Amino acid sequence: MLIYTARRLALTVLILLVTMTLLFSMVYLVPGDPASIALGPRATAAMKAAFRERMGLNDPLPVQLWTFISNVLRGDLGIDVWSNRSVTQIVLEAMPYTLALTGVGLGWAVVTGIPLGAWSAVARNSWTDRLIGVISVSAIAIPSFIVAIYSLLLFAVWLKWLPAIGAGDRGDWGDQLVHLLLPAFAVGLGWVGYIARMVRASMLEVMGENHVRTARAFGLPEQRILFRYALPIAILPTIALLGVGIGNLLSGAVFAEIVFARPGVGKLTYDAVITRNYPVVMGSVLITTAFYASCTLVADLVAAWLDPRVRASL
Amino acid sequence: MSAQASDTSLTAGRAAPLVLERRFGALRRLLRDPLGALGLVLVALIVIMALGADILSPYGPNVTNVKERLQPPSELHWLGTDQLGRDIFSRVLVGSRIALWVAAVTSFFSLIGGLALGLIAGYGPRWLDSLLILIFDSIRAFPTVLFALAVVTILGPSLGTIIFIITIFNVPVYARIVRTQTLSLRTTEFILAERSLGAGPVRVLFVHMLPNVIGPLLILASMDVPVVITIEAGLSFLGLGVRPPTASWGSILNDGYAFIRNTPWMVISGGVPLILATLGFTFLGEALRDAFDPRLRKDV
Repeated sequence: MLIYTARRLALTVLILLVTMTLLFSMVYLVPGDPASIALGPRATAAMKAAFRERMGLNDPLPVQLWTFISNVLRGDLGIDVWSNRSVTQIVLEAMPYTLALTGVGLGWAVVTGIPLGAWSAVARNSWTDRLIGVISVSAIAIPSFIVAIYSLLLFAVWLKWLPAIGAGDRGDWGDQLVHLLLPAFAVGLGWVGYIARMVRASMLEVMGENHVRTARAFGLPEQRILFRYALPIAILPTIALLGVGIGNLLSGAVFAEIVFARPGVGKLTYDAVITRNYPVVMGSVLITTAFYASCTLVADLVAAWLDPRVRASL
Repeated sequence: MSAQASDTSLTAGRAAPLVLERRFGALRRLLRDPLGALGLVLVALIVIMALGADILSPYGPNVTNVKERLQPPSELHWLGTDQLGRDIFSRVLVGSRIALWVAAVTSFFSLIGGLALGLIAGYGPRWLDSLLILIFDSIRAFPTVLFALAVVTILGPSLGTIIFIITIFNVPVYARIVRTQTLSLRTTEFILAERSLGAGPVRVLFVHMLPNVIGPLLILASMDVPVVITIEAGLSFLGLGVRPPTASWGSILNDGYAFIRNTPWMVISGGVPLILATLGFTFLGEALRDAFDPRLRKDV
């Protein structure tokens, strides 16, 4: 397990270094002047010259790459050109909103998806199974931003049950939770389908295994076999999947935050793209990528800890 | 060279009846699956919309008529009009073209790129394999939409940028599948025999490996179509995709979102075809996979 952890950790660090290099080369190898890209079309020649000097753009390329990576590792993602504040600080301030959204979204997907998948596996090939199957596939297929727009239209505009925009009053937990319901529903719906399918498939596999057959031969009640012996093992592959899920939900969160006008990293990045605020775009992409990579790392480690077979695969 | 060509065509000719039978059997299985049949109908509908957009649309997609702006659905305008008085039904029809076009072009580029890199990774030297895998994993380590936003900031919003983003993101997935297949084929007897007869890497890769890896790849590509359509529509919805006044389902949603409180039919008209298309392609893709790749079939 120790060797697996070390190798998996090294891989994550390596991947993050390559992603940083990719982002760096995207800015500097693309035709055009990085200073004009970073400062936008309104910059004067003097501003550009000062920017080039300040950012070390006159240095050789490998030196620039080294400076960029060492700055990032020290947590310095540069300065927002418009507000003159640290990009790291701006992104980290927006992060809790996005974390709450993805957390609640994934939470409702897990709580709904696992029972649906288990039910589907138990009632294998029945009409219930087929219906759950169709619902799962449809939930996966329908784009999350459409779910966001239509749930806004139905629950906020037509029925007026839930608030349409914003994140709720600061300090008022109830209000914030109510504002979270629709976006989290939209972000998590596809994952209800994913998890249900995943749990169904692995549940069917587990139910054919020897220990379940033995339990049945001993005459244990079916309920006990399902919940005590089959389901806990069938959930394992889903845990590894949840790491990937976070990345997916972060993408969905961009849309949900824009549709519901919620503060968060997605909204921040989008606004920065519109105003061509380059350092903020790069900073939030880097921080979310690092967060996503650590989530897959943790999910993989947990999966390997629970299932020794996973350890052999790296 | 010509001897080789006639040789392969001869074997292909002999195998034809068997292959045909297998394909028709798969087609029957596909049509017997109700969801697969529904998927086929929906996809056919979208294709007819795209091909017949010029004949079917009652107005030009970009013809403005400010006097009739934000009209509800009526006999004159089946799906109403937008904020510039453009006929939404005509725009939805033309929008299906953009969706299918992006899906076709990105599938093509992703297939070519995935095949080339996957074959190189699976058949080339080990260090190159490790390097490619590291780059693939690093690209997939970005959350899709945030990576797309970063690329749009640099390259500027356009249809070309969307195609570039989706291709960059898909190639690693395709390449990994090709690599796995290539690695497992590398030590099979027929490849070893071919190599011992003196076949070079080009012949081994393109004559023997390619036909064996292309099947799963095509199924993957068909299952990827709804994802591609979603990304295009999503970026166009954010105003970062096709440029106005070009009609795309995403841009119709973008226009409609601003007027969602009083004129909801715009977001409904832009979203429903998108839902039907993603559902149709997903159902069809799953049925195709079940019918053509029995190893992946449900309930086996």
